[in-house]
Amino acid sequence: MNALAARRRHPAAIFLLLLLGLILTGGAYAALAPKPAIAAEASAGQVKEGQELFKTNCATCHGANALGTNVGPNLAGVGAAAVDFQMGTGRMPMAEPGVQAPRGKEVQFSEEQIAAIGAFVASLAPGPAVPAEEYTTGAGGDPGKGGEIFRTNCSMCHNSAGAGGALTRGKYAPKLTGVEGKHIYEALLTGPQSMPVFNDDNISPESKNDLIAYLKAMEAEGNPGGMALGSLGPVPEGLVAWVFGLGVLVGAAYWLGQKGA
Amino acid sequence: MSTNAYDRPAEALRSGDKPVTAPPSAGAKKLGGVAGWVDDRLGPAKGVNYLMKKVFPDHWSFMLGEIAMYSMIVCLLTGVFLTFWFIPSAGHTTYDGSYVPLQGVGMSEAYASSLKISFDIKGGLLIRQMHHWAALMFIVALSAHMLRVFFTGAFRRPRELNWVIGCILSMLALVEGFAGYSLPDDLLSGTGLRAAEGFMQSAPIIGSYLAYMVFDGPFPGEAIIPRLYGVHVLLLPAILVGLFTAHIVMVAVQKHTQYPGPGRTNSNVVGFPVMPVYAAKAGGFFFIVFGFIAVLSALVQINAIWVYGPYDTSAVTAGAQPDWYMGFADGALRLLPGWLEFHAFGYTLSLNVAIGALMLIPIMYGIMAAYPFIEAWVTGDKREHHLLDRPRNQPTRTALGVAALTFYGVLMFAAANDIMAIKLHMSINDITYFFRTAAFVLPVIAFWATRRVCLSLQRADRNKVLHGRETGRIVRTADGQFFEAHEPLDPYTRWKLVGFEGQQPLELTSGVDAHGVAAPSNGKWRTRLSRFYFQDVVQPVTPAELEAAHHDGHATEHLEAGETTKALH
Ligand code: HEC
Ligand code: HEC
Ligand code: HEM
Repeated sequence: MNALAARRRHPAAIFLLLLLGLILTGGAYAALAPKPAIAAEASAGQVKEGQELFKTNCATCHGANALGTNVGPNLAGVGAAAVDFQMGTGRMPMAEPGVQAPRGKEVQFSEEQIAAIGAFVASLAPGPAVPAEEYTTGAGGDPGKGGEIFRTNCSMCHNSAGAGGALTRGKYAPKLTGVEGKHIYEALLTGPQSMPVFNDDNISPESKNDLIAYLKAMEAEGNPGGMALGSLGPVPEGLVAWVFGLGVLVGAAYWLGQKGA
Repeated sequence: MSTNAYDRPAEALRSGDKPVTAPPSAGAKKLGGVAGWVDDRLGPAKGVNYLMKKVFPDHWSFMLGEIAMYSMIVCLLTGVFLTFWFIPSAGHTTYDGSYVPLQGVGMSEAYASSLKISFDIKGGLLIRQMHHWAALMFIVALSAHMLRVFFTGAFRRPRELNWVIGCILSMLALVEGFAGYSLPDDLLSGTGLRAAEGFMQSAPIIGSYLAYMVFDGPFPGEAIIPRLYGVHVLLLPAILVGLFTAHIVMVAVQKHTQYPGPGRTNSNVVGFPVMPVYAAKAGGFFFIVFGFIAVLSALVQINAIWVYGPYDTSAVTAGAQPDWYMGFADGALRLLPGWLEFHAFGYTLSLNVAIGALMLIPIMYGIMAAYPFIEAWVTGDKREHHLLDRPRNQPTRTALGVAALTFYGVLMFAAANDIMAIKLHMSINDITYFFRTAAFVLPVIAFWATRRVCLSLQRADRNKVLHGRETGRIVRTADGQFFEAHEPLDPYTRWKLVGFEGQQPLELTSGVDAHGVAAPSNGKWRTRLSRFYFQDVVQPVTPAELEAAHHDGHATEHLEAGETTKALH
């Protein structure tokens, strides 16, 4: 004990102490830091099933080994999150070639099938996994903070009402109303098409949850002012004023003119 | 314009007429009563009496100006309500009102108070929406009113000055609206102000000083919202109301114009006297406009500031457009190519911005205000006009108007290029290229097509007067020929078709009149322009021509009968 006490003043002690502290906080962070848990470890059977499904439904465009052809991109490394997003929103399998795969009207595969294909694609190379539910529902999130994140990072493409906006050459950022929280999270993780990737270092999982909370709160508030005209702002408002407003009032003027003294 | 034998040839038909006066209406009898009552209280109130006996013609297009006036009144009334709660300050605060998605967000007091008006003041949202819808309707109706005045030639002497006042009113209305939608300090209005700052900076040399002066320092600063507030609630409303009063008084003094028709001449007005008929109608119409704006505001959301969020210099939103009346300037900016920016002597000349932002509006309104004088000069027509033109009888003016309107329309729609791209699933680049071409090509096509249409309509009118109305009845003559029976027009219908003035291009004069006395020369340019105005002009049917047509009417009909027979076989 004495020896230890004696060495307390050793110049290296402070250094060691610092090192210890760093290791401890680092370890604690690694253990406690929020990170999207991988929903379930994929079994070999699931990967096999996914590969079969992939061959029949996706290989024409993405190639038998998902390494891409000249009509569809390489999927190695896009992760199960990308598959879940693309298939879960009905974008894939893509119906017809175009500048951008549009959101599909209906999802053509069951959740198990999508998970299987996801497992297969994830087995090719590591990529973002399907996020755990903890941060994808917006529950407990702060919509005010989410709104600030939204206006600095998203509204330039998606419009501040999430009504969507035009990008170059026929590409567009779609509207965000009615999109499931999980798909919002996955869109952020995978950055589909012209959308940038917002990984968990960029926007932390809590902030993503705030974002989702904001989008959901906006939907819940609805439009207190009445019909929203597609939330597209002054253009439809001007159209209404000219066509409907002037139409009705000129009609009224005409009617009054017809009434004699 | 050199005058024809008769200015309005058809007038000779009625040379024996007694001067026509408006038939006394049921209300006209009461007029004495009401005017008399007022007269008794106010003494010899000549002015009031005069105003009450004023006669207003009845036509729906004369009510467009009234729609504008009533919408402006709605703006004034609702605006006063808004001032009770609106705080014109950029001071920082944290929102704690009832709109959940913005709770805890830092924002300006202006924005917070606008949110408060929208969500926490009873009826506040309705009033805010009424204020904004009325603003849109004000400028819509005012523009439609201007178009009516233009296309019917109501701006001609003696009303040129009132046309100029109208132009100023219209321009100030745009500025008033812009100042208004910049007040709530939401993301959209902040983006608009940021753009306005850029416009000021694009002024050569003085640009950055100008912007510093207006914003009292770097953008956004604390000064702009209080300043705009003063302009929006005090300065411009005062000027607008003043000019508008002058406008109305001039209409009353100069009397209303009217459309040509039987009994309507350059020196009378046919219609109802102000008291009581017209006043009752106008009062009723005010409530219709007010009620309509209220219903519209109750049903349709406008300027959802809570969706845009507070202004923050680092944020932007897709689909950022100004209100429609600023659309044409925004569209011009979207169409101007970037290579119009030049650098010389250490200065930047941003013509890509300045043309659309600083030059367009003054040039546009300058041309508009000058048009009556330009037209009078070109046509040499300096006489007073109280009868309106049917647009077809002034093919060149109508065509010029449609061309200008087309140009304006292209710019305005170009401001919505992004909305069109998402709604029509087209490429924004293609749309922009299309509009760039259209801005040059479409006005020319519109001019040409409108003029042709006007001239054809005039010729069709002539035919109708000379040969009567086609009845669609095929008559077989005793000797087996077929022809379509034409019925002569009744005099009322005919009057509308012939009661306009004949026109002739100015001749190039030598500068000396017939007696060898010096007279002002028309000059080469003026003669050329005049020829451009009147080159293919269609003259009204003269009584002599009508007479002739009736005499050999058979011959013409036989000619047509021949064609019909062919067609039938
Ligand atoms: C008609 C051809 C076609 C078919 C069939 C098709 N894809 Fe795609 N896929 C594309 C194209 C093209 C893209 C890139 C364009 C896009 O995402 O809008 C794409 C993109 C993707 C992406 C996103 C890649 C990334 O970088 O994030 C995934 C994941 C994907 N596809 C999965 C699938 C799956 C799984 C199937 C089968 C169920 C499938 N695709 C079927 C054409 C196709
Ligand atoms: C550069 C423009 C851009 C930015 C910035 C951007 N996005 Fe996107 N976003 C897109 C495009 C383009 C798509 C469509 C991708 C596709 O269809 O493959 C998209 C798709 C989405 C979708 C899928 C919607 C659907 O219909 O399924 C969501 C959700 C989404 N974005 C959310 C966000 C959020 C949240 C942010 C801000 C953190 C954001 N985006 C920022 C361009 C953008
Ligand atoms: C005559 C024409 C007028 C026009 C065209 C006009 C137009 C506008 C517009 C477009 C807005 C933005 C409204 C919004 O929030 O959506 C606005 C805001 C406002 N206007 Fe006017 N206005 C007029 C007259 C007035 C007058 C006379 C007053 C006051 C006496 C007034 C007071 C205000 C105030 C306080 C606001 C900000 C309130 C808010 O946004 O919540 N306005 N105006």
